[in-house]
Amino acid sequence: MTTVVGAAQLQAIVSDEDVVRVRQLVRTAAVTAKLSLVDQTKVVTAASELARNTLVYGGGGQAEVSTVDNGARRGVRVVFSDDGPGIADVELALTDGYTSGGGLGLGLSGARRLVEEFELNTEVGTGTTIAITKWAR
Amino acid sequence: MTLNAEQGERLSEILSLRSDKIAKRWAEVAAAPLKGRLSAAESGRQTAELQQQLQSSLKNGALSLDGAAGAELRALLTELSRDRARQGFTASETATSVFALKTALYENSDAAKGKAEALRDYVAWSEFVDELGLFTFEAFARAREQIITQQSEQLMELSTPVVKLWEGVVAVPLVGTLDSARAQVVMERLLQALVDTGSPYAIIDITGVPSVDTQVAHHVLKTVMAARLMGAECIVSGIRPQIAQTIVTLGIDFGDIPTKASLADALRHVIKRLSADARAAKREQ
Repeated sequence: MTTVVGAAQLQAIVSDEDVVRVRQLVRTAAVTAKLSLVDQTKVVTAASELARNTLVYGGGGQAEVSTVDNGARRGVRVVFSDDGPGIADVELALTDGYTSGGGLGLGLSGARRLVEEFELNTEVGTGTTIAITKWAR
Repeated sequence: MTLNAEQGERLSEILSLRSDKIAKRWAEVAAAPLKGRLSAAESGRQTAELQQQLQSSLKNGALSLDGAAGAELRALLTELSRDRARQGFTASETATSVFALKTALYENSDAAKGKAEALRDYVAWSEFVDELGLFTFEAFARAREQIITQQSEQLMELSTPVVKLWEGVVAVPLVGTLDSARAQVVMERLLQALVDTGSPYAIIDITGVPSVDTQVAHHVLKTVMAARLMGAECIVSGIRPQIAQTIVTLGIDFGDIPTKASLADALRHVIKRLSADARAAKREQ
């Protein structure tokens, strides 16, 4: 049973600076959850990728950062949501090297590999919600 | 809100009739929220200046801030806002200096005595002062934005130095967040430095970049490609253990670009290459 420890923090994502703010929030939460330095870096990087996706492809949205506890371990959970165009072909979007923008095409697929739990809900025309969780080892 | 001619005239009248009393009260009320961070004399000088300008603008027929008649008043309010923004005051503290006129006017007019006629005037004047205050508020916000833009430009200049590390070796120590704007500056500066110094080697050090994601990697890769097109070889240094693991998991491929853990390693690598180049050149002779 996963429970949220403390209050979840909301951060709107409407500009490049907000991506930096999300990163800082996630880093703080990761330190609180006592993640190792490598895991901290991984979850911060994953959050950075998804926050930028929210901004660039989702047209802005928000991130909700919280520290979670499943009884045995602590972790960091971040939920990104936007009201953007959604993802038409999720499998294609999760393919390494595929990009509809001008990037490397590794953000979404890479972010999935960087964390333990990755849930993607998307509907064309309604928006996309991605929840990631990284547990302390 | 525009005053009508009579309201303007009466405002001008009271400003000149009770000039000293209003100036004193205005300065007092305006100085209160500044809590001594601005000397009473300085704040008093500003409100007195405003009062004078207000009076002369009213005489010239300015019944609102708009148009040519209100131009000088607008300029003075903008100047006040800019000064305050630079001195680090908040928008409210700045606008209060203008709103303070309302208290001074109320207490020095017949409005305080509860006369209906005077109260009607006071309401109109009050709206006029509100207009001045709001203008100050907006001017303040503009001034602050200007300061922020200037500072971020200065920071961008400061935070992307290209240093000559050795004969034929330039280095770019990156510190902080590498967004698109900064990446562009870095690339331009590095390429220019390569031309200026005629260096065949460049080291891009990312020790100071807290998080290396695909965007940062993409920018670094593009910079390396551009340097290569100019015939220079790039080495990326400052790859810490956690960054290395993250890059691998993300699936970023640095290809055949040499990467090193520290700037020292990168320099050692380059010096080795330089002496190899020198030996090869000798043999050819």
